Amino acid sequence: MKAGRFWAWLTFALGAAYFFIPLIATLEFSLRMRRGEYSFDAYRVVLGDVRFQETFLYSTVIACLTIVIGVLLVVPTAYWIRLRMPWIRPVVEFITLLPLIIPAIVIVFGYIRMYGSNSPLPFLATTRGTDFLLMIGYATLALPYMYRAVDTGLRTIDVRTLTEAAQVHGAGWTTIIARIILPNVLIAVLSGAFLTFAIVIGEFTMASLLNRPAFGPYLQNIGANRAYEPAALAVIAFAITWGCMSVIQVLSRFAPKSANNPN
Amino acid sequence: MSETTYPDPAAARQAVPPARAEGMRLPLHWLGVAPFFIFALMFLILPTFYLVVGAFQNDQGEFTLANMAALFQPSILAAYWISIRISLASAVLGALAGLAIAVAIVRGGLPKWVRSTTMTFSGVASNFAGVPLAFAFLATLGRLGLVTVLLRTWFDINIYALGFNILSFAGLTLTYLFFQIPLMVVIITPAIDGLKKEWGEAAATLGATQFQYWRMVVIPVLWPSFLGTVILLFANAFGAIATAYALTGSSLNIVPILLYAQIRGDVLHNPHLGYALAFGMIFVTGLANIFYIWFRVRSERWLK
Amino acid sequence: MSETFLSIQGVRKSFGQTTVVKDFNLDVARGEFVSFLGPSGCGKTTMLRTVAGFEEPTAGRIMIGGKDVTNLKPNQRNIGMVFQAYALFPNLTVAQNIAFGLKVAGAPRGEIEQRVEEMLGIIKLAEYGSRYPYQLSGGQQQRVALARALAPKPKLLLLDEPLSALDAKVRISLREEIRAIQKKLDITTIFVTHDQEEALSMSDRIVVMHDGKVEQVGTPFEIYNRPATRFVANFVGTLNVLDGTVIDPATATVRINDRDISLDKGAINGAKAGDVLSLALRPEAIVLGKQEGRDTSLGGHIADVSFLGSVIRVRVGLGKNAVSLDTFNSPASPPPVVGERAEISFSSSDLLVLH
Repeated sequence: MKAGRFWAWLTFALGAAYFFIPLIATLEFSLRMRRGEYSFDAYRVVLGDVRFQETFLYSTVIACLTIVIGVLLVVPTAYWIRLRMPWIRPVVEFITLLPLIIPAIVIVFGYIRMYGSNSPLPFLATTRGTDFLLMIGYATLALPYMYRAVDTGLRTIDVRTLTEAAQVHGAGWTTIIARIILPNVLIAVLSGAFLTFAIVIGEFTMASLLNRPAFGPYLQNIGANRAYEPAALAVIAFAITWGCMSVIQVLSRFAPKSANNPN
Repeated sequence: MSETTYPDPAAARQAVPPARAEGMRLPLHWLGVAPFFIFALMFLILPTFYLVVGAFQNDQGEFTLANMAALFQPSILAAYWISIRISLASAVLGALAGLAIAVAIVRGGLPKWVRSTTMTFSGVASNFAGVPLAFAFLATLGRLGLVTVLLRTWFDINIYALGFNILSFAGLTLTYLFFQIPLMVVIITPAIDGLKKEWGEAAATLGATQFQYWRMVVIPVLWPSFLGTVILLFANAFGAIATAYALTGSSLNIVPILLYAQIRGDVLHNPHLGYALAFGMIFVTGLANIFYIWFRVRSERWLK
Repeated sequence: MSETFLSIQGVRKSFGQTTVVKDFNLDVARGEFVSFLGPSGCGKTTMLRTVAGFEEPTAGRIMIGGKDVTNLKPNQRNIGMVFQAYALFPNLTVAQNIAFGLKVAGAPRGEIEQRVEEMLGIIKLAEYGSRYPYQLSGGQQQRVALARALAPKPKLLLLDEPLSALDAKVRISLREEIRAIQKKLDITTIFVTHDQEEALSMSDRIVVMHDGKVEQVGTPFEIYNRPATRFVANFVGTLNVLDGTVIDPATATVRINDRDISLDKGAINGAKAGDVLSLALRPEAIVLGKQEGRDTSLGGHIADVSFLGSVIRVRVGLGKNAVSLDTFNSPASPPPVVGERAEISFSSSDLLVLH
């Protein structure tokens, strides 16, 4: 199949070109700030920018809190369904797919309308409330990925037996979830966490419409006003995303395999 | 021989009255999933529902179809039309390119590292959307972009003089491909994996050439997955805003940008029209996803 | 004697440094049913795939119907193949699957329809033409796969462990069906399996393979009763192995446990006095106690008794040796007791010398 292999290599090369040229171009552009020579000036400006530090910090904190919300929401639910209510799984899975169907802009629009100042639950009336709503929104966006990761992780461990063994030793529900289940799905949870982080860091729509000083709107703003800094930011953003995904890849190698078919 | 005692039926009946046992069990069960459902209700289902209902109401709260009718004004129709065209273009092109790449890495006889690297990279790239992506393509094909400059200095081709502009329909489509193609690769690769080697061998023993095998077996088997994924890609592009906003600002009037402007500043002077816009978006993406699920169910049934 | 239809000559297949098939030679007559039998990894599937054309032999050639096909692609060899995983095309109905080979060859529609109907009748699935593979059971799918392979009237039928994925009961009934169809169509067939019962019950001849080499080729009777090597004797059926010391190679006398036994003349040519040989006995060749017609007896004691219902499996210790044998359960007489003295007898001609 010599001819087949040639076409395969050609296709792969063309694909690689399409994806790498923009990345290289961005990197090259970001190094052009100082006229006539390559330098890291753009990066220096960006990293030294107070607004960069503030918004990046803000987004990081929000991301971490979002991850906590996500874990607290998804892990007990996925566990309970596997253990006691397997028949409800299709319903829950459908719900977790809704954020992929309903665009983020629609979701945040709904929040603005429903939780505004003159609603029974005025989240948007206070800054903290708005921050909270932003986290909720991010948790919703990350829900499909978080649920899928945790569910896959639960599938490989025998939830029922672990629970019964723990109950025989007198453990209550919180103990079981916190000290038996969670450690075993930690890898899966971490995968979901890193994916959430990647999503939150770059998110623009929700943060912009809720007027919060997140990294996404900052990126947008810089792009509208500056020339070389946006390229540096794009490289940084891509590096962060790549970093998150690589960690997930590495983590998946440490995931517990099913006791029944170790491979 | 040990004595076997049988449980006393009368005693068993007295111990736990069935009705009470059922009643005790029901609330406890649901407690476990209650937080999830409350969350979903409050932050996913109800807000959406609120908008949908609002799309059919006027300021006095009465039911009306006026908002839906207003969607058909030329500027909004144009926005939907552009959205549909960009989504369709990036979906079809992305699907074809993604399919080619997926076939190459699964069936092309390439070394193992090619496949794993591509899959990892696809995972990253499909999430690399939004503002940074726009920057990246500006740096590549913008007026001062690397490729633009190189084409001018090496080959003496000035693409901007020839009418190309990154801040346009074509430019946006090209940019969207950056996350559409990897999404296609990630989704269709398992389907190509599912093409059993034995089918090809069986076809060969029955006298078929490679071409006949592809025409009569592979393409029909992959077709539902392919079509379904095109539709998924379409929905994906339709809802995307950040990339477009960062790249073309408000100059390219796609629906999400229109909605964004509306939310920000009521540019349409009619809040309920905003709801209608949102409803229109959900309708399109919802319909697309229904088709996607239908196709997936069909193809999975065959490949059991 | 039918003429040779398939001739495998000096075939060797290596993957890099590993040689998977070593110097395979076989002539198969037209209409003959030959099994390749052996454990996993013995090279039987690789050999089959080489005949089919999916593997290119490192050395040697393959002749089908007098024509050298070694360099032909699989779709040019006019063969039919049935796979372990059925490999039915999921997007086509049963009828369309069966019709595939004819459709590819460009046969006219009427001919295709007639042939499909004929095949459906042969596999007894006449009403299933419009079903899809996912709607069929494993056994039904395999029958369709067989029909599909036979529809274009190939000259050679190859089956790669077709029954291994099926339930035991289905396996047995399908085994008989395949053999019946093969006989009726008189098509030359190669059948790969690791199940000795399948090979013994279905084949005209069996090729026992081990580690890429052909251990023995023969009829089921020959393979079972006169195994040529230790491997064949061990792999096909169960064996008791006794150690015997050579007394006199010329008269073929060996000593087992102080008893001198005469073997068939020439049975131990090449051995010297004092050599220790492995002598094998099938369990069914041994009886408890003395019996007319069995010229050799050995004394020992009952080591173990297993009551299996209709059969009682007895293990008799004979000094350093031990044998297993089965006796039928008889409600009237009690089974042997562990520890009591016992005598076993067999015919010296039943002793197999293992190499």
